[in-house]
Amino acid sequence: MRVIKIDKKDWESGVEKLSGDYSLYGPVKQGAFHNFAPLEKGQMPDLDYVNTRLSPKSVVYPQCETMFEYTLDENQPDHHVNKEIPKDYSPRAILGIRPCDVKAIDLVNINFDNPQYQDPWWVQRRAALTTVALACNNPCSTCFCTTAGTGPFDDSSADVLLADMGDYYLAKVMTEKGEALVGKAGFDQDGSAEAGAIDDAAKAAEAKITSKIETGKLGDKVTTELYDADFWEDIAFACINCGTCTYLCPTCWCFDIQDEVQGSDGCRMRNWDTCMSALFTLHGTGHNPRPNKTARVRQRFMHKLKYYVDKYENGIACVGCGRCVQQCPVNIDIRRVCDLMNRFEPGKECA
Amino acid sequence: MSEYAEKIRGIAKKLLDDGTVDMVIGFRKGTMPLINEPCFVKDAAKVDALVWDSSCGVNLANYLPKRKEKIGVVAKGCDSRNIVTHIVENQITREQLYIIGVPCTGMVDRRKIRLAVGKEILSVSEADGKITVTGDGYEEVLDKQEMLQDNCAICIHRNPVISDEVIADPVEEQTDVDRYADVKAVEAMDPEARWNHFEQLLDGCIRCYACRNACPLCYCPTCFVDESQPQWVGKSVDKTDTRTFHFLRAYHCAGRCTDCGACERACPVGIPVRQFTKKLEKDCKELFDWEAGMSLDVRPPLDTYRPEDPDEFIK
Ligand code: SF4
Ligand code: SF4
Ligand code: SF4
Ligand code: SF4
Ligand code: SF4
Repeated sequence: MRVIKIDKKDWESGVEKLSGDYSLYGPVKQGAFHNFAPLEKGQMPDLDYVNTRLSPKSVVYPQCETMFEYTLDENQPDHHVNKEIPKDYSPRAILGIRPCDVKAIDLVNINFDNPQYQDPWWVQRRAALTTVALACNNPCSTCFCTTAGTGPFDDSSADVLLADMGDYYLAKVMTEKGEALVGKAGFDQDGSAEAGAIDDAAKAAEAKITSKIETGKLGDKVTTELYDADFWEDIAFACINCGTCTYLCPTCWCFDIQDEVQGSDGCRMRNWDTCMSALFTLHGTGHNPRPNKTARVRQRFMHKLKYYVDKYENGIACVGCGRCVQQCPVNIDIRRVCDLMNRFEPGKECA
Repeated sequence: MSEYAEKIRGIAKKLLDDGTVDMVIGFRKGTMPLINEPCFVKDAAKVDALVWDSSCGVNLANYLPKRKEKIGVVAKGCDSRNIVTHIVENQITREQLYIIGVPCTGMVDRRKIRLAVGKEILSVSEADGKITVTGDGYEEVLDKQEMLQDNCAICIHRNPVISDEVIADPVEEQTDVDRYADVKAVEAMDPEARWNHFEQLLDGCIRCYACRNACPLCYCPTCFVDESQPQWVGKSVDKTDTRTFHFLRAYHCAGRCTDCGACERACPVGIPVRQFTKKLEKDCKELFDWEAGMSLDVRPPLDTYRPEDPDEFIK
């Protein structure tokens, strides 16, 4: 790791230099909120934002992507054969991603790239990705990242972490990918003398985080007891099973596979799926092992706060970005649910 | 507004104590400003959880279909009309319900307020038609009327149309509103402009179905978009499929939509989905002099036939 200094007046020209070597993504204003989008040549990421409405996971894991194409036309020699379609794995960089969202990409990686399975599209896109994270000087009231395994200045996942110092950025260059990117941008002013200022800013930002969760006891709970806890019906009551929470979440990774055929041409695609939907678990027989919304809501929280915790032993499957908290149309709040789960003791009412 | 909450608690307690109902459906205080959470209370000792203010926008009629219990339900004007629709459509019986009517002065749009203030909001209070929001080092006072949900701003049935008990005197109904200004603007467009208008409207839809799931009318056991044999609509965010979803859903709501705004309020990306249903609502009003959910005794226009029904539009 080394620290460099980037004067803001040099930022734009540096970003412009990158556009030859990388497809660039960054936060852009879309109506009333920001989302990550490809940056046109000369377009700058709008770094004056707190958090985007949708997470940037789609840069590595698009909501919908075609995997294969095929023809049903029996006159064609290769009919009924799935052919993988070529994809773009050229270098890409996300500028201004938040530390929690970069952390989330690492977290999702556990699902898509592990000794058992390697998802080829995820693996290659992630390998092509460089992340330039922007530390949060002013986290908002729904951010609970510091108790969800990350934080406003977390540098553990990013290739470069920018800290906004007013007229300039101090950048921690964390990886080789990060070195390559700052090299191409021509950012090379030494900033090591000011490294301490980043730590001070980090402490100040962390102190501003008022929203906290307790997760320490989740691992010790007996899964079946937690599953049968008395509070699920109360928690799930308001839920409309819409899927907003999971689609906006940077750590939700589930997908569905669909074939679409028009005439004799078909394609096989995968789309994000959501455990909030009844279809998620509907069997071909018509049986549904998660037959009602209480079962589905329980799944979402048990997955994030218990099954994942037990399976990977590296914390919870949530980075505390607060998107689901802010956008759930009926105010189902993971912080409240986490608290109930963490405090749960069988036989004691705690709702 | 706290008198409203007191009244609701009192009635809820009485209903649970004397066994009139098994549960009361209302709102509990949200974990953030500007949103409260729908909840149920079964224990008379816990009625104090129930609250009321201008952030109780969620349509509680959505929580009724196919329930077996006897239920006390808190209902604003629009909720009451969707309850009527549910009863007419056999989703719940009148006898199961004890309707606690709330004369409504409109629900605020949390996104409009956030946009107007432009800073993070940490607490909110309201009194006398004013909303006071406070945050880090600031306080701002807003006119509630200007911060209403779009549908509330043009609502002409704020008083519950059906109830067993009303918690306050009726509020004055709005009379000088043009309910269809937006629809008329679209009607006036040429086909190309209209197409572009709807294309832009749907740009950004992520097919999460929050709009559908928030709508009390969308109670079908299997929605047409979820059907797989046959599969009517593709599941990606392909423009044609997204359009098909929205247009067909709107048609399924024709003559039933109360313009409660639940769909729009739920959308995570702020798509004004009422733009679709409102045209149909306007048609129903003009063709059949029909407003949904006003009476238990009249069949809706789309499930009755009268020889004198207008048919200009199919000639
Ligand atoms: S966003 Fe809220 S209402 Fe929608 S599925 Fe998630 S928890 Fe349920
Ligand atoms: S569960 Fe909610 S707070 Fe946690 S990462 Fe997902 S969207 Fe963010
Ligand atoms: S099971 Fe649900 S909570 Fe878990 S990743 Fe899938 S969609 Fe998200
Ligand atoms: S379509 Fe929208 S406005 Fe109409 S009843 Fe349903 S939720 Fe309410
Ligand atoms: S709620 Fe919004 S984003 Fe979701 S399906 Fe409806 S219009 Fe699309």
